[in-house]
Amino acid sequence: MSLSDYTLAIEDLTVSFDGFKAVDNLNLYIDKNELRVVIGPNGAGKTTVLDLICGKTKSTEGSIMFKNQELTNLSEHEIVHAGVGRKFQTPSIYENLSVFENLEVSYPKGRSVFGSLTFKRTEDVDERIMEVAKEIFLEDFLDMEAALLSHGQKQWLEIGMLLIQEPELLMLDEPVAGMSVSEREQTAELLKRICKGRSVLVIEHDMDFVAKIAHKVTVLHQGKILAEGDMETVQNDPTVIEVYLGH
Amino acid sequence: MNFIYERLLGGKNGMIGIVILAALIFIVLPIGLDLFRLNLVGKYLTYAFAAVSLVLLWGYGGILSLGQGVFFGLGGYCMAMFLKLEASDPESTKIQSTPGIPDFMDWNQLTELPLFWQPFESFGFTLLAVILVPTIFAFIIGYSMFKRRVGGVYFAIITQIIALILTVLIVGQQGYTGGINGITDLRTLHGWDIRSDSAKYILYFINAILLFGVIFLGRYILTSKFGRLLLAMRDKEDRVRFSGYDVSNFKVFVFCISAMISAIGGAMFTLQVGFMSPSFVGIVPSIEMVIFAAVGGRMSLIGVVYGTLLVNFGKTMFSETFPEIWLFLMGGLFIAVVMFFPNGLAGIWEKHGSKLTGCIKKMQCVSAIKNYVGNKRLVKADTSGE
Repeated sequence: MSLSDYTLAIEDLTVSFDGFKAVDNLNLYIDKNELRVVIGPNGAGKTTVLDLICGKTKSTEGSIMFKNQELTNLSEHEIVHAGVGRKFQTPSIYENLSVFENLEVSYPKGRSVFGSLTFKRTEDVDERIMEVAKEIFLEDFLDMEAALLSHGQKQWLEIGMLLIQEPELLMLDEPVAGMSVSEREQTAELLKRICKGRSVLVIEHDMDFVAKIAHKVTVLHQGKILAEGDMETVQNDPTVIEVYLGH
Repeated sequence: MNFIYERLLGGKNGMIGIVILAALIFIVLPIGLDLFRLNLVGKYLTYAFAAVSLVLLWGYGGILSLGQGVFFGLGGYCMAMFLKLEASDPESTKIQSTPGIPDFMDWNQLTELPLFWQPFESFGFTLLAVILVPTIFAFIIGYSMFKRRVGGVYFAIITQIIALILTVLIVGQQGYTGGINGITDLRTLHGWDIRSDSAKYILYFINAILLFGVIFLGRYILTSKFGRLLLAMRDKEDRVRFSGYDVSNFKVFVFCISAMISAIGGAMFTLQVGFMSPSFVGIVPSIEMVIFAAVGGRMSLIGVVYGTLLVNFGKTMFSETFPEIWLFLMGGLFIAVVMFFPNGLAGIWEKHGSKLTGCIKKMQCVSAIKNYVGNKRLVKADTSGE
């Protein structure tokens, strides 16, 4: 398989903060239609990897190829335009706006200053927002101020704000944190549905949840890959057990 | 039509606010006040431009500028330069050693008009300059700061320093700017005496129409997707950036628009008051403009107009009645408003205004029922009479 067949190909990626290598010579390849979960103890560099891909942090060395396009020298909004969406660890939604407006602001039209001044709520926009709202279980909450949503609903809303942009790579940082059991199940269903036609990269701690959704699991430790494979292989890997139970 | 009603007038509720304010400014005040007081109101309303600009920039955009006086002043100075040149024709300045240049240049031993003054002989250029000079200046400041992601308190401090620097520059370059006295003794606009009573009335109304113009412009911007993006940026800037927007462009744009709006106010100030000086450029006026917006309610385009009027009336009244302690009273008023009504006058209106309109509706209902019952009685009386 050549590199260009992967949606995302990360090679020799390194970032060092004052000599401390948060990500160290990382290689990671993600296929189309794949749902990859990255796990690892605290401080393993999971969130930093997402920061590097979406341009929040600049890498020291290495390359990030997304559909054969180098991302490391693009600015944040250009990376989004290329087709990468990212959800933050704590739900980042616009509390002062309604659910509908949250989705509308994320709709990928009218992204320039003048485009946004002349942007019109056409039927297409309305329909698309309804469609996404249904997918994230919020179709009855469109007019509600986002601040009033429950924690789990806020997580869904942020996922919806990414879905409406139809990214080809979707990165989710702890999507089920703070969710109830039934919300977790719904989210698992949601993730299984949305990984069709795109690649999804998830960071998660909840092992039951990981087992439910992951096609492939990557274990990160001290900025390096410790193990990679399906859930069962990884769980039985002695080095992984050592890292998780050893301290 | 629907667009105008919903977006610019703001539907039924927004419409009521606009109509009340328009009635006050266009009818009640011109009829109720003598010319001296009306001219004073006209002056206050020029500050309202700066307050409106702060609704966009600070209220919605979350960008606190402590330098709106800079743009107000630049607009005012551009207009003053034109008027000064017209007032300095060779005939009326023939006693100077160099006739035909403004008097303060002559006092400072300048013998010819500086190059940057010369285009201000043209009124067309002046009008363009009133808009463009502050906007371009704002673009340069905004671009260099927002592209580097300077924001929050740092932005506020830097704008304040710019206000200070500009004041020092104007005061220091007396020969070119009129120094601390400013540009004074402005008389005519294309031969039209701006000091006459009729001119004062006309300028008051032009000013009021322009003010409503910028309020509608503000409404248009705030009700567009741009307005919602401003709120979104204020709330979660990173989320907007990682949704594919170049956040700095949006900030630069709103900063430029706010500069332009303030500048129009400044130009109208010069026309109505008849002079322009550094005391309307510096830190103190800039902070006062923020106070107007805070008192009026920084999320309300209409509210800040009331805020400006109230604070300035307070200033005039307190300083006339209690000349020794009026500044303390002003400070007290400001603290009280910010402490008890964080959303300003507009916040009070929103909280209690709905109750009031609810009351009116109830009263209408009651009177309707009374009418109905009364009519029935009448009908009954009629039939029984037969």
